[in-house]
Amino acid sequence: MYGAFAVPHAGWADLQPAPAWWRLLINRVITFCWVEVAKIRHDRTELYTRAIQPALWLVIFGETFSAIRAIPSGGRPYLDFMAPGVIAQSALFVAIFYGIQIIWERDAGILTKLLATPTPTSALVAGKAFGASVRSLLQAVVVVLLATLLGVHMTLNPLHYAVAIVVIVLGAAFFSTLSLTIAGIVLSRDRLMGIGQAITMPLFFASNALYPIGVMPGWLQALSTINPLRYEIDALRGLLIGTPDNLAEDLAVLLVACVVGIATSSRLLRRLSH
Amino acid sequence: MSEAREPVAVEAIDITKRFKDVLAVDRVTFEVRPGEVFGLLGPNGAGKTTTIRVLVTLLPPDSGRAAIFGLDAVAQTMAVRRLIGYVPQQLSADGALTGWENVMLFARLYDLPRRNRKAAVAESLELMGLADARDRLVSTYSGGMVRRLELAQALINRPRLLVLDEPTIGLDPIARTEVWEHVLSLKREAGTTILLTTHYMEEADQLCDRLALMHQGQIQASGTPAELKASVAPDATLEDVFRHYAGRHLADEGGSLKDVRGVRRTARRLG
Repeated sequence: MYGAFAVPHAGWADLQPAPAWWRLLINRVITFCWVEVAKIRHDRTELYTRAIQPALWLVIFGETFSAIRAIPSGGRPYLDFMAPGVIAQSALFVAIFYGIQIIWERDAGILTKLLATPTPTSALVAGKAFGASVRSLLQAVVVVLLATLLGVHMTLNPLHYAVAIVVIVLGAAFFSTLSLTIAGIVLSRDRLMGIGQAITMPLFFASNALYPIGVMPGWLQALSTINPLRYEIDALRGLLIGTPDNLAEDLAVLLVACVVGIATSSRLLRRLSH
Repeated sequence: MSEAREPVAVEAIDITKRFKDVLAVDRVTFEVRPGEVFGLLGPNGAGKTTTIRVLVTLLPPDSGRAAIFGLDAVAQTMAVRRLIGYVPQQLSADGALTGWENVMLFARLYDLPRRNRKAAVAESLELMGLADARDRLVSTYSGGMVRRLELAQALINRPRLLVLDEPTIGLDPIARTEVWEHVLSLKREAGTTILLTTHYMEEADQLCDRLALMHQGQIQASGTPAELKASVAPDATLEDVFRHYAGRHLADEGGSLKDVRGVRRTARRLG
């Protein structure tokens, strides 16, 4: 029964060279995406309950503000204008609480075991962050379907959807690392919960989700320039609704934000595992 | 080539680790030979877990040197990790995944080639007697099953060195015996080198070829169980040896209850 183990020195470490760093990084990202998919397959309730809030935003807020025409939406129906904002928002809400899972894994001893595998901390964080984006992406799909049902006119160009997926994944990965960073600072689930609640609305309101940047007061406009959510929504709106955007700039900002987020949260992860 | 000097499995030289004002590990030196089961025996708070965490590269030592099969635990972290299978003290597997998925996760994290992964996972689960439970969510597993699952995870890379931190803590006597049997057959049939910590005399006596008694961050004595017993009295038990070296301080060990409760809590949450 122990036959395959009978040659103690024929372990995988001896048979198999260590992968190059980029190969290892890709492997870890795929692995943690696989884990998230497996977890969602076992328990789908979160997917349904999380669909309620964006539905309310679209149906109640969206329909009402469409009717009163209070917000300039560049000649498009207001519901069309806000749908990409709600997609980004719901993806943000999933990601911003991701740190809670890491703290749970710390408390359950799972993090220690992950850190003892041949995985550099930055690859672990990158894997976890992109794994977390699987949930955000599914969430986005639900909102896209919902918006379509409500009559929002979205593009039919599959290429635009492909780029939109990249945008949502980068956005979700960034906000997951933001959550991991906060987790690494506050070290407790309750405090992370509180801070998560406290920052989601400011992030949302200091963005172009519900209204164009141009109608904001000057100080809020300034604030929005450092809010990655703004760039995510700008890109999604351009891709899905066809409004003018700065796609290259948006993607560049999101990519840089991700790299900075991964670097920062990797430094703090060791603190979590103490 | 096989005549070349084989490096010792674990070489710990003067390892010291301090947490704020607590000296957790104090100039600890010992050696584990390839193929043996080596035990660190000591009460809770003796510094066993901290020593282990240094050896498995999770903690850098303040001073001293740790090497695993000749590879430095600080300078060659990734290479060392690829040689080790590690089961920490706390019962920990992801309850939201099945047993198979938990082991597959580790097959991926150790970069097993894709074509070998499924077979390796099946083999590991089979070895630990979990083949029938492989598709159940781990949240339905008993404490003993979770521990065996963790062994299956730790074996997935066919480690040269298996590190077990209090492998049977919080398990009932039947589950404990099962874990012992698996550990012994790994040593016997696969020749895996095993480093374990325990505070159970019986466990140390049954499993270990050699022991180091640890107390207050220091190694107080080491040798085979028989040598240690003979050093104290002709008919001494390991318990007597333990009392001889550490007994005067045992009454005021504060950490024990809390630790055990923590483990129980985990066991309950998982199953």
